[in-house]
Amino acid sequence: MDYSFALQQLVYGLTVGCLYGLLAIGYSMVYGVLRLINFAHGDLLMVSAYIGFFGIVIFHLPWPVSFAGAIALTALLGILIDRGAYKPIRKSPRINALITAIGVSFLLENVALVTIGGRPKSFPTPGFVSGAIVVGDVSIPTLSVWVFVVTVVLLTLCMAVVKKTRIGIAMRALSRDMETVMLMGVDKDRVISFTFALGSALAAAGGIMWCMKYPAVEPFMGVIPGLKAFVAAVLGGIGSISGAAMGGMILGLAEVFIVAVQPEWSGYRDAVAFFLMIVILLTRPTGIMGERLPD
Amino acid sequence: MAVSRDRLLTVFSLFILFSFLAYADSNFSHYTLRILQNIAIFITLAVSYNLINGIAGQFSLGPNAFLAVGAYASAIFTLSPEEKLRSFIIEPMLWPLSVISVPFAASLLIAGIVTALVAILMAMPVFRVRGDYLAIVSLGFGEVFQVLANNSMSITNGSLGLKGLQPYTNLWWSWGICVFTVFCTLRLVNSSYGRAMKAVREDETAAEAMGINAFRIKTLAFAFSAFFQGVAGGLLAHLITTISPSLFTFMFTFNLLIIIVIGGLGSTTGSIIAAVLITWGGEALRFFEEPANLFGFQYEGIPGMRMVLFSVILILVMLFARSGIMGRSEFSWEGALGWIKNKLSVMKV
Repeated sequence: MDYSFALQQLVYGLTVGCLYGLLAIGYSMVYGVLRLINFAHGDLLMVSAYIGFFGIVIFHLPWPVSFAGAIALTALLGILIDRGAYKPIRKSPRINALITAIGVSFLLENVALVTIGGRPKSFPTPGFVSGAIVVGDVSIPTLSVWVFVVTVVLLTLCMAVVKKTRIGIAMRALSRDMETVMLMGVDKDRVISFTFALGSALAAAGGIMWCMKYPAVEPFMGVIPGLKAFVAAVLGGIGSISGAAMGGMILGLAEVFIVAVQPEWSGYRDAVAFFLMIVILLTRPTGIMGERLPD
Repeated sequence: MAVSRDRLLTVFSLFILFSFLAYADSNFSHYTLRILQNIAIFITLAVSYNLINGIAGQFSLGPNAFLAVGAYASAIFTLSPEEKLRSFIIEPMLWPLSVISVPFAASLLIAGIVTALVAILMAMPVFRVRGDYLAIVSLGFGEVFQVLANNSMSITNGSLGLKGLQPYTNLWWSWGICVFTVFCTLRLVNSSYGRAMKAVREDETAAEAMGINAFRIKTLAFAFSAFFQGVAGGLLAHLITTISPSLFTFMFTFNLLIIIVIGGLGSTTGSIIAAVLITWGGEALRFFEEPANLFGFQYEGIPGMRMVLFSVILILVMLFARSGIMGRSEFSWEGALGWIKNKLSVMKV
C-alpha cells in the first residue's frame, strides 16, 4: 500500500467517521444522563433526511432553509419522543424503557414506510458539495471537506455548551448523580429535554450529510448507522462527547482500511463494528475516554 | 395428594390437546394446520425468550439470530449429500459437512447445542459489563449473521441459501417440542436456578451479596433460552423447506417482544397465551394490508400497517398496562379450580 493510497483511504475513512461520530454523540449523551439506549436515535437520521428531502423537492425551499428546518424539526421530535414515551416510565425498571425505545424505533420506521413508501428516494445533491479537490495523487471530495468542517464546528459548539453553560453543567451533574442534582433545585426534565434536543439536532445534521454521501432515502436507512454509532459511543467511552467523536473516527477508519488492505474481506465490512465492540468489551469495557460510572 | 391431582390434571389436559391435534391433522385444511404449527413454534420461542428477558431481566434482541443459527445448523445436517452437491454450485461444501447426514431429531439437538454455544460466546464479553450492552450485541449479531452467512459460501451456500429440505416438521414435532420446552422452562424457573435468575433481575448487587454468581446465572439463562430458540429454528427450517440469510429479519424478534410484553414480562403462562393470540391475530389482521371493499368504499390495503399497529400496541402496553395479561403470575390448577368453585358457588346462590 503506497503513501498516496493510504492518504486517500484516510480521507474516506474520516468522512464516514465524522458521520458516525455525530450520531454517536447523541447516544452517548442520552445514555450518560438516563442510562437508556435510545434505539430510536438512528431513526432520527432517517426522519431528518426525509424532512430535508421534502423541503427541497416538494416545497422548493432553498438548501439552508430546508436543512435548518430539518434539524429544528428533528430536535423537536427528539424532545417529543422523550416526553411522550420515556418520561412516563422513568421510574420503572430499565428493561421497560428499552422495550419502549424499540417500539418507538419501529413506529418511526413503519410510519415512514406506510406514509411515504419503501422505494428509496434519491436525495438531490446541492452544487456546492460536488466535485473534488486534487492534491498530488489524492483527490479530496468537496463533500468530505464540508463534512469535516461542519463536524468540527458542531463538535466544538457542543463541547462548549456542555462544558461552559449552566445547562451543560447540569447535564453533566445529572449523569453523575440524579438525586443529588434534583436536591440542588435543578429542573431535571428541562435538562433531559435539552439533552434529547441537542443529540437529535446532531443526528439530524449527520443525517443530511449522510444522504449527500449515500443519496438514497428510505425508511430503514437509520438502522445500521444507528447500530454502528452506538458501537462508536461504547468504543469512545459512553457518556463522553469527545470519546464518542473519537470512537466514530476509529470505526470509520477501521471499516475503510480493512477493506482497502484486504479487498476480499469487503463483504465483512458491516461486521467490523461488531467485532470491535466485542474486543473493547473484553479489554477495556469503559471505552477509550471513559471513566467508571457509578451504577 | 394435591401434587398427584395436579399431575393427573396436567396429563389429562395434554391428552385433550393431543387428541385435538390428532383430530385437526386429519380434518383441518392445510392452511389451518400451518397456522397451528406456527403457533407451536412461536410458543416455543416466546417461552424461551421470556426466560432471558422476563425472568432473568436481561434485554436480549437475539432470537432472530438464534433462529437463523438453529435453522442453518439443522438444515446443514439433514440435507442429503446428493442434495448438497446439487445446491452448492458456486463453491463446494466443506468436506466433513458435505457427506454427513443425520436424522431430523439429531439435527434438532445439534441445532440447539450450536446455538447455545454461540450464545455463550456472546455472553462472555457482554455479561462482564453492564447487561445493557447485551441488547446491542445481540441485535448486532443478527446483522453479522447475515454478513457471515452471505460470505461463507462453503458452509451456508451464501445468499443462494439452502433448498430442498425435507418437510420433516409436522404437527407432532412442533407441538411435541413446544410442550417439552414449556416443561423444561417451568422446571428451571421453579428450581433454585430460576429463583437466582429472579433475584438477579430484581437487584443484581443484592443477589451477588447473597452469594449468587450473577455472571454464571445470566449466562445460563441466555444459553438455555438460545438452545430452545435454536431448536425452534430447526423446526422452522423444515417447515418452510428453503432458507436464506435474509429470511431471519429483526421482525421475528419484534413479534416475540410484543408477545412477551403483552403476555406479561416474566410469566410463562402469559407468553403462551400471547403467542397464541398474536400468531393467530397476526394472520387475522392481514386484511389490513390487502385490498378490500368496505361498505362500498374501495380500500387499497397498506403494506406495513400491521407493524405500525403492533408498535403502537407495544408502546401503549409499556406505558399504561405494564403487567400485560398475566403480570408475573402463573397458571396453577389450585388457582383454576378455586376460580371454578367460586363461580359455581355464586351460581348456586
